[in-house]
Amino acid sequence: MALLTMLAVVTVATARQRSLFGVVILFGIYSFLMASLLIALDAVDVAMTEAAVGAGISTVLLLATLHLTKTIEAPQIRRNWLPLLVVLVVGAALVWGTLSLPPFGIAETAVHQHVAPRYLAQSIAETGVPNVVTSVLADYRGYDTLGETTVIFTAGIGVLLLLRGLRRRDDIDRGGAP
Amino acid sequence: MSLDLILRVGTKLILPFILLFALYVQFHGDYGPGGGFQAGVIAGGMVILIGITFGLGPAKRVAPQRMVEAMVPLGVLIFAGTGVAGLLLGRNFLDYGVLGPDPVHAREFGILLVEIGVFVTVSGTMTSLFYAFVERGR
Repeated sequence: MALLTMLAVVTVATARQRSLFGVVILFGIYSFLMASLLIALDAVDVAMTEAAVGAGISTVLLLATLHLTKTIEAPQIRRNWLPLLVVLVVGAALVWGTLSLPPFGIAETAVHQHVAPRYLAQSIAETGVPNVVTSVLADYRGYDTLGETTVIFTAGIGVLLLLRGLRRRDDIDRGGAP
Repeated sequence: MSLDLILRVGTKLILPFILLFALYVQFHGDYGPGGGFQAGVIAGGMVILIGITFGLGPAKRVAPQRMVEAMVPLGVLIFAGTGVAGLLLGRNFLDYGVLGPDPVHAREFGILLVEIGVFVTVSGTMTSLFYAFVERGR
């Protein structure tokens, strides 16, 4: 509960912060709080990813982006109520959706009835890997992980092409070597 | 290039442990939390830490730019290649059961190969993105 309260405080602070540097640091704090929350929920693998990616790498990459742009958010010229309306409607829909979820931690839900029991029971016998998260990710759900890796590959190549392509055009504009 | 003595010495002290932890997360992922993705991010973070503290030149001596950019597609190829190996040996795509004499050990081996593929792509992508951003800012 304390973690959730701190998450809410950091979220409000992020929304009100005008300095983008402050926003990046608040994002890092948010990720660490999220990682602590995931540890409290016993999802250690996800918590590790959140701490490494959310608080580590994305903070560095966002700071690097700030280095390329301005560090102060542009002041708003006129109030625009449409985004607030959209956020309120979507938020209300999400809260409404949680009402029909099964109670937290109940074993008789659909996700725990389908293939999960078989994975949990057979993982060590079939793959020799005690950490079921790893055996599910890399073996039973190998297709999904291959897709995930391809997403990282595609995203990385895309960003590299964007950054490089811009630099090349700048060079040509300045009359330098292409 | 930072001239802060404490930062430079502290970074040098912590670097080997970061890399060791990345390898631990990579190869102990079968038993504890972690795996290729987390290990790749930690290893990429190590190179980025060198880049932040000592500048881009030393970071590129540790992890040359051509190498990290080649790692981005290489990992996907390792992953998909492990899948195709199962296909060539007469089973389904990504079925590792035929990669060794004993199906259980073969699947464990397949998981290891696949995790290495994920590690290579993730660490390569993180590092080359950092390089690209820093070079763009010059």
